[in-house]
Amino acid sequence: MSEKRHLSENQATSVFTAYLMVGLGALIMLAPFYFMFVFATHSKSEIFTLPPPLWPGTAFIDNLRILTEKIHFWSSLGWSLYIALASTALTLIFCSMGGYAFAMFEFKFKKPLFLLVMGTMLIPSFLGMIPTFMIMDVLGWIDQPHALYIPGAASAFGIFLMRQFVLTSIPRDLIEAARMDGCSELGIYARIVLPLLQPALGTLGLITFIASWNNFIGPLVVMRSPEMYTLPLALRSMQSPVDTEWGALMAGSAIATLPLLILFAFSSKRLIEGLTSGAVK
Amino acid sequence: MTYVGLDNFIFTLEDEWFWKSIKNTFWLAAVSGIPQHLIAIPLACVIHAQFKRTRNATVGAYFLPYITSTVAIAMMFSTLFSTDYGLINQVIARAAELPLLGGFFPQQPIDWLGESQFIKPAISFVVFWKYVGFNTVLYLAALQTIPKDMYEAATMDGANQWKQFWYITLPSLKPMIFFGVTLTLIGGLQLFEEPFILTGGRGGSDQAGMTTAMYMYRTAFDFNDFGTASALSWILFVFVAILTWLTNLTFKPRGGEA
Repeated sequence: MSEKRHLSENQATSVFTAYLMVGLGALIMLAPFYFMFVFATHSKSEIFTLPPPLWPGTAFIDNLRILTEKIHFWSSLGWSLYIALASTALTLIFCSMGGYAFAMFEFKFKKPLFLLVMGTMLIPSFLGMIPTFMIMDVLGWIDQPHALYIPGAASAFGIFLMRQFVLTSIPRDLIEAARMDGCSELGIYARIVLPLLQPALGTLGLITFIASWNNFIGPLVVMRSPEMYTLPLALRSMQSPVDTEWGALMAGSAIATLPLLILFAFSSKRLIEGLTSGAVK
Repeated sequence: MTYVGLDNFIFTLEDEWFWKSIKNTFWLAAVSGIPQHLIAIPLACVIHAQFKRTRNATVGAYFLPYITSTVAIAMMFSTLFSTDYGLINQVIARAAELPLLGGFFPQQPIDWLGESQFIKPAISFVVFWKYVGFNTVLYLAALQTIPKDMYEAATMDGANQWKQFWYITLPSLKPMIFFGVTLTLIGGLQLFEEPFILTGGRGGSDQAGMTTAMYMYRTAFDFNDFGTASALSWILFVFVAILTWLTNLTFKPRGGEA
């Protein structure tokens, strides 16, 4: 009896320790975000004091003013938003079409074509940097926003995600029945496939938006003049070895992070599932 | 453009900076990558076993860095790592004043992003922080597929929790460990954004934070040598391919197993 109680007490302490460790770890994960928002409301000299500010201050508007003076802040924000939205819309259209075709249609070279598309996922991103720049240069797309949303519009990841979803949740009979009733192929896609794909489109849309919003390497290679910078590039350009406006830079980083926090708060489960879907299969 | 045969490859293979960048890359991939899995596996086990109502919030907290902008993150850590008043150095300074334990901590502020010996640990920490949650989610998904009756049978046979972890959980996670380590490795060898921003795009003092992907970018866009940069990226690609193949050999279940 006493041995049993001893055991359960032991278990209770180990459960408590487990909670404590996991909780502390979660705090370490979240702390940088907290300080980003706190520092965003302090001037540069306030940030670097002993001890550093732990609570929000009053310098946010000043920091915003410095941001607009040092970089093309509003236009960068606008480009980031515009490119993210355009990239999301195009990706949804092309990947749903591609995924539907690979799932439901029979055509010549379907297997090798699908492997070819999937193969592009294996190519490391650094390998594409130079060719991307050279192709964009030849096309005259340097400093053009569409250089960032057109090439990735039919992404392998998106096509894969859509194909999986079509295979598991759209009955072939439904498509056949619609075809028998004389519905056109485009009509089937628009009126049957797209509505049924909605959950998957939502996930892919979120992932695409976030990826484009955070994209750094892409704009770094093709956006060469400061007035065409997206937000991450513009923020990076504020970094200087001698005199960086850290308060303003934190304000800019906080503004770049806030939309993601909001999206994540409402759809964390869906996002986590989508982003790890390729792995968990 | 003129045809130069293998000149670009030969130039790269004889380039001191290239080999330095390869060393940096492997160092960073190992030191940022291995702890991700050493932490993510037990973390996933604890969350899987103990967390019910707070599970989603906890997983969310660990996963959040993965979806945020690397630039914003790197900027944030640049202020935290700052030498004189950075939060990390201030915490270390407090710790150094502690009796007994204080002796383990450095007494002088550390120039994290300025001194060559500290750049790599600083970058590794940021990379670890960003990706540990992603791996935790992978392992959580794998844990859900282990049948519960295996644990029940083991408990009946008197196996304690540690034994259950060692003989049931870990072997069942093996395919996911293989997959996760491969992903981490491929990602680690391509490391670009974190070191690029944390070192201001130049690689840090003594090129201590310059990865091969970064050196490739600099060769192409700072030194305008696209040929050498292309040769560089192919050599890095070969490294990535060989390493993926090697992990495949180590972890892949053999024969009828699995």
